[in-house]
Amino acid sequence: MSLALIAALPFLGALFPGLMIRAGRNACAGVTLTATGLALLGLLMHAPAVMRGEVITDGYQWLPDLGLNVTFMLDGLGFLFALMILGIGALIILYARFYLAKSDPMGVFYTYLLLFQGAMVGIVLSDNVLLLLIFWELTSLSSFLLIGYWKHLPEGRQGARMALAVTGLGGLAMIGGMLILGNIAGSYDLSVILTQGEAIRAHDLYVPALVLILLGAFTKSAQFPFHFWLPHAMAAPTPVSAYLHSATMVKAGLFLMARLWPVLSGTPEWFWLVAGAGLITMVLGAVIALFKDDLKALLAFSTVSHLGLITLLLGLGTEYAATAAVFHIINHATFKAALFMTAGIVDHGVHTRNIRLLGGLRRLMPVTFAIGTIAALSMAGIPLLNGFLSKEMMLEAVWGTGPWFAALATLGALFSVAYSLRFVAHVFLGPERHDYPHHPHDPGLGLWVAPGILVVLVVAIGLFPQALVGHFVEVVAGAVTRGHPHVHLAIWHGVTPALMLSVVAVAGGLLLLAAQRRLAPVWDAAPRPEAKAIFDALIEAAARAARGLTDTLHDGAVSRYLAIFTLALAGAGFWAWSGGAFSTGARAMLPVGPMELTFFTLLMVATSALVLVHRRRFLSLLIISICGLVVSLTFVQYSAPDLALTQLTVEVVTVILLLLALNYLPKETPIESSPARRGRDGAIALATGAGIGALAYAILTRDLSLPTIADYHVQNSYTGGGGANVVNVILVDFRGFDTMGEITVLGIAALVIFAVIEVILNGPASRRLANWQPDMGQSFDRHPLMMVVATRIALPLALLVGVFIYLRGHNVPGGGFIAGLVVSIALLMQYMASGFAWSEARQRFDYHAVIASGVLFAVLTGTASLVLGWNFLTSTGTYLHITGLEDIHLVSAAVFDLGVMLTVIGAVMLALASLSRIGQRAGEGINLTPMDVDPQAELPEGR
Amino acid sequence: MELLVAIAIGAMTAAGIYLMLRLRTFAVVLGLSMLSYAVNVFIFASGRLLSGAPPILGAAEVMTDPLPQALVLTAIVISFGMTALVVILALGAYLNAGTDAIDIEKPGEQPETGR
Repeated sequence: MSLALIAALPFLGALFPGLMIRAGRNACAGVTLTATGLALLGLLMHAPAVMRGEVITDGYQWLPDLGLNVTFMLDGLGFLFALMILGIGALIILYARFYLAKSDPMGVFYTYLLLFQGAMVGIVLSDNVLLLLIFWELTSLSSFLLIGYWKHLPEGRQGARMALAVTGLGGLAMIGGMLILGNIAGSYDLSVILTQGEAIRAHDLYVPALVLILLGAFTKSAQFPFHFWLPHAMAAPTPVSAYLHSATMVKAGLFLMARLWPVLSGTPEWFWLVAGAGLITMVLGAVIALFKDDLKALLAFSTVSHLGLITLLLGLGTEYAATAAVFHIINHATFKAALFMTAGIVDHGVHTRNIRLLGGLRRLMPVTFAIGTIAALSMAGIPLLNGFLSKEMMLEAVWGTGPWFAALATLGALFSVAYSLRFVAHVFLGPERHDYPHHPHDPGLGLWVAPGILVVLVVAIGLFPQALVGHFVEVVAGAVTRGHPHVHLAIWHGVTPALMLSVVAVAGGLLLLAAQRRLAPVWDAAPRPEAKAIFDALIEAAARAARGLTDTLHDGAVSRYLAIFTLALAGAGFWAWSGGAFSTGARAMLPVGPMELTFFTLLMVATSALVLVHRRRFLSLLIISICGLVVSLTFVQYSAPDLALTQLTVEVVTVILLLLALNYLPKETPIESSPARRGRDGAIALATGAGIGALAYAILTRDLSLPTIADYHVQNSYTGGGGANVVNVILVDFRGFDTMGEITVLGIAALVIFAVIEVILNGPASRRLANWQPDMGQSFDRHPLMMVVATRIALPLALLVGVFIYLRGHNVPGGGFIAGLVVSIALLMQYMASGFAWSEARQRFDYHAVIASGVLFAVLTGTASLVLGWNFLTSTGTYLHITGLEDIHLVSAAVFDLGVMLTVIGAVMLALASLSRIGQRAGEGINLTPMDVDPQAELPEGR
Repeated sequence: MELLVAIAIGAMTAAGIYLMLRLRTFAVVLGLSMLSYAVNVFIFASGRLLSGAPPILGAAEVMTDPLPQALVLTAIVISFGMTALVVILALGAYLNAGTDAIDIEKPGEQPETGR
């Protein structure tokens, strides 16, 4: 099976639990197990080749220019980790099926679990470090979901957040480190980087790269001083803890250190940073673990301690130590997963994990007792179990480093013995109690079979290490060190210093356990920094600083933002300009006739007048429409008939809209700004205006410096787009995709307007509207007879014009936009003449549906050409001859243009109809007759 | 004529910016409309001014650049959408807050909007 498929299977599988949960919990767990099982099967198919020492590569080029490729690599190290992730993953899936309560959403759980599993498999199989980083971040995200699975528990949410913050920050640092590494090596492929060890270690940037990468690895693997997040992540359901903290998440950091071991290790910096952090973590974790009363907290700190042990071994930098690290990774995964599951079973059976409330369970839960004891003894490093073997190797490796290291490592081992035995002694041994929160009993097969399998492995590896895993460890250690280590795993090496240290550790551990009950109060009373408080204070400080900065910059003075924005823009323009001299071009100018001069004067007068009288709002609306009119005349004069039509029609609807809105706004603007401020704003405005004008002039006096791409459009307009109106063909064909986006935006704008009006009508503004007092004189002739009659007659004509403009648009000025606006105006006239209620009662279409159908028409036209095997929105057409009429050109783009037209109608009408609802709320009379006086009404008797 | 068009663009920009920097929403809406005019004419003019040369095949000897026109056509419609949205937001803010000033005096004291 291809490596990419192995990595993809969990992700694909993640689609199913949510669907299958409807078929029951067994089906849900079954489909999850199938995905993991298939991936595991695919992995095992590679086992023979990996055991021969081959490296399997697979993948494809993604963005080779960036060095980002989807390439995978499988060697011994990757195989070991993938095996743990998938193998223990399968056991966890089985365990979780029986662990989760009926009220826990199981589909969600398995989805998260598979996402996490896929991300982990991705990390260990990636060849490209950038790909690895993507998977790395995915593990942070998916573990966040898993840890916070019990959303109702505040501890769960906080623990998840803390884990995400710490591992996410480390991940960011690691991105930097990896990029440096890739730059030095000249490739982002691990297979290349791993051959560049000498060059990387000699490089100036080795130390920064090392520190950044170690930040990533240490945060993930909970090494001191980043160990604090791991115990808080214990708020997760036990299967999650068992999975994340035995075989996967926290081992990712170890994997990375092992992966980059040939490149980064062997320097004093590596030794002191890695071995030092590992040693401190190992001792600190072990000491804290001894005094934890929560079973899972004890296991959490023991995990921290054992991770420190493995880090220490990797930090020593010798081949023997690396081999020991590999072996302990295997052993720790087996016994720690079993222990977490045992803790979960105890919690499940007795309804508490507090050691002080437990004890004497050996007869009540014999199976659990057997499993838990064997796993705990292995963790303590008792002979004939696998934990003993790797701990001996660790002590052996440390013995060669120096007395201080050996002493501290032995101390760590000693505490390790103490807390491991405490797990057995204070939970299972001792007298039976009568005050258990729930009567203890062994669980069903489903819960204990998974830890049972792991415990069988613990014993088997402990008894026959060389036969079972000797060769495997050799292959993996070879992949780590890139050498050919000779591994001989044996229970008895003779009386070695390591054995003596082991004996000291076990004896001391027993003594310490005996004294634990007396030492605990002392420990509890001792002052020590509380990591969570520090973390929370840091987060709080960061949030406060961010809020302070935001509040300072963002103090609500919108006019100031706008001034700063404009000034920055003008400044940037000035800076760009100051690089060269301003000169005008040599293009021949058009003559200025009397008409041009008249309209120019009109525009300048209107513009100045607008600035002067903008406080009188109705007047300023009239004046601004003069500007719009001159703009559309400019379009007419300079060969843009389509633009002129559009501008003219848009002008009409805009003014109607502004008039409607102004009805409910103050009619005058008070004088608020000081003369100085007005002077400042005037200076900004004039400077920017002068700059834009000069830029326009510089452009207009030059010819195009590059050939215009419009030549292509002109040449292909008729042959390719089937229309003579190039502007329209560009809109509906060449740039049809843009237009599709644009009408979508227009539709969204109209829907937002509708939503805002909804909010206004349901909010505090509603009361203000209900008490609305018109602040202008009201006409007694709201729906004058003349206007009603005129608009009625105009409606069919206007609609006909709309259809005509739509149909001709492809070849002569016109098209969907303009047609839509014309039809909208025709409909608006009815609203104006006879009022909202009367018109609304007579129109059958929901404007939302009109917008939706318009966008749908556009999309479907495009999709139809996809179905026919062309590019999106390719158009085709034919001519239709009907005697007596002009030839009608039927093109598929016309359907697209119909979509444009419908969207424009829907959007304009929805916006204005929404505004009318404000009027209704404000108590405007609702008219049910078309005009003020109903001419058909019968005169009352006697008149 | 190009000079007059350039002056007109500059004047409309200046007026638009001045109105945009006023303290009431309605002036800002007017300013944005003026700016839209200026920008639309600017983009249109970047295709250079030609008289009697509509971008329609067979309509005249020469043809002006159709591409800026296509861009401006959609820009006009979109600026309508924008104006409509801004005006409704202004109306909503006025009805909710009782004032149409665009500056909030102090952060955290703005009246609650919406439901």
